[in-house]
Amino acid sequence: MTLLRVENLSKHFGNLIAVDGVSMTVEPGELRAVIGPNGAGKTTFFNMISGFLTQTSGKIVFDNKDISNLLPARRVWRGIARTFQITEVFPELSVRENLRVAVEVAAGLRLSPWLSAARDRGIRARIDELLGMGGLAAKADRLVGEMSHGDQRACEIMMALALKPRLLLLDEPTAGMGDQETYDITQLIRRLHRDEKLTIVLIEHDMRVVFHLADRILVLAEGKMLAEGTPKEIAANEAVQAAYLGKVAA
Amino acid sequence: MGSNDLQKQAPNIVVWVLLLALPLWLPYVGGYMELGSRVVVLALAAMALNFLLGYTGVLSFGHAAYFGLGAYGAGMTIRYLVPSTGVGLLVGTLVGAVAGAIIGPMIIRLRGVYFAMVTIAFAQVFYFIAFRWNSVTGGDDGLTGWTRLPIHLGFTTIDILHNPVAFYFLVLAVFAVAVGVMAWLLRSPFGRTLIAIRENERRARFLGIPVDQHIWISWTISCAVVSVAGALYALLNNFVDPRALYWTQSGDFVIMAVLGGMRSFWGPLIGAAIFVVLQDYLSSQTENWMSFVGLFFVLVVMFFPRGILGIIRRKVAS
Ligand SMILES: Nc1ncnc2c1ncn2[C@@H]1O[C@H](COP(=O)(O)OP(=O)(O)O)[C@@H](O)[C@H]1O
Ligand SMILES: [Mg+2]
Repeated sequence: MTLLRVENLSKHFGNLIAVDGVSMTVEPGELRAVIGPNGAGKTTFFNMISGFLTQTSGKIVFDNKDISNLLPARRVWRGIARTFQITEVFPELSVRENLRVAVEVAAGLRLSPWLSAARDRGIRARIDELLGMGGLAAKADRLVGEMSHGDQRACEIMMALALKPRLLLLDEPTAGMGDQETYDITQLIRRLHRDEKLTIVLIEHDMRVVFHLADRILVLAEGKMLAEGTPKEIAANEAVQAAYLGKVAA
Repeated sequence: MGSNDLQKQAPNIVVWVLLLALPLWLPYVGGYMELGSRVVVLALAAMALNFLLGYTGVLSFGHAAYFGLGAYGAGMTIRYLVPSTGVGLLVGTLVGAVAGAIIGPMIIRLRGVYFAMVTIAFAQVFYFIAFRWNSVTGGDDGLTGWTRLPIHLGFTTIDILHNPVAFYFLVLAVFAVAVGVMAWLLRSPFGRTLIAIRENERRARFLGIPVDQHIWISWTISCAVVSVAGALYALLNNFVDPRALYWTQSGDFVIMAVLGGMRSFWGPLIGAAIFVVLQDYLSSQTENWMSFVGLFFVLVVMFFPRGILGIIRRKVAS
């Protein structure tokens, strides 16, 4: 059964066609990478799937239901969580407080004026679990805005994870990071995919990361689908080499 | 209680002790009871505004509308309908809260300066209604011909009309309930969604928080509390006039919140105290007292962006 089916999705910004008739299907448990040169329309593609932008045309079907016109929060309730190319966290709150918001919302407590002691214990336990999984336990009480880029990104991913999503969208999770941080985040994503059986779609610039992690790869260029296939097929694809990999090697 | 808890509770204890003991120490610093009541009433209004400004990140420049509706609601109830202080308070609060709840959906999609402008516009509408509708509101001359009334409790009667200390404690009791509710909410999961919206609206939205709905609730709570303050203000003065609805009154609330420190719960109380005392002192010295308050405000904002309480906090921390 397909989890996500994107049909012929397009986005126009005035005269600019940022995404031009892109289709994609994602199966449960899959880790899909979306690659392409800068300005290819990858982020715009994510923005439409998550409801941040409304598509000009096309359709998004999630779990057999058309979600093309749902507000972002409603798509989250259906099980789609995302991170952003530029990390979006609550900078003046600690890591623990950041996660607490996500965990409480996931527990259906967003309107609750009250939290019982028993409920609070459950929330705390879940926060600790997420802190451990994200390698953030030692930094739990630091303000997120004062942490390294890599730690902020890990915090953002754990917040998305706190929602127990059925589909996780990651926009360039290793952008702007050093080797060690890139490695740590890659390992984290790999664990989520392997151990938590999470379905993930990620946009990524770093080819080592992509070929290391992805089950299948979608290549975009100038808003259009250039190729789609396994990492092996993509590596051997001449059009991709010309449009993208060639540029990276050069 | 650990020393950490004690440290956290210390500001609350200090504030409540000072407020409860006010009738004992106020005369020694040259104050009088009405001034104390005025500080507490306006502090409640500024704290209500700050529920929205400091804890949800939404700037309203039109809170005088709901303050004034609370004031007129209380005054007109006592004048025309039921000669009861309690009923007046209740009706005033309901009028302001319901108006806020109804206007909310029309404005909560706006952000930043656009939101502020539209809140001013709505407030001006209410101002002109109060100003023009002479026969009912008393127009420019204000609503007169009524006073707050003694409260009958069955076994005893509290003469809040003639006993300023008794009235102060009525004000303080209402203040305590309203402020307690706000503090309670801010420490709840709902309150944390508001802080999340203040910190990063986009992140909040993509955690599955329907941001507009939460802002509407926060706005309505804030309007309800500011109308409680307005109703108390009418009782304090035994009078209401359209200035309670004027945009400069909204501005005063913003000044109080920012002056005291909008990132601290008690900041607006400090701001209101400074504002009211300066006003009381300077207005007897000079016509241009507002220029001095304005200058003071600008200096604080320039050099201490976190307000007066922000300075004190930093001193304590270092
Ligand atoms: N909100 C927007 N308004 C106008 N143009 C946009 C907007 N967002 C993206 N674009 C344009 O759309 C194209 C694709 O951008 P983007 O999706 O961010 O690419 P990528 O993520 O692949 O680098 C770019 O030319 C970009 O300038
Ligand atoms: Mg991008």
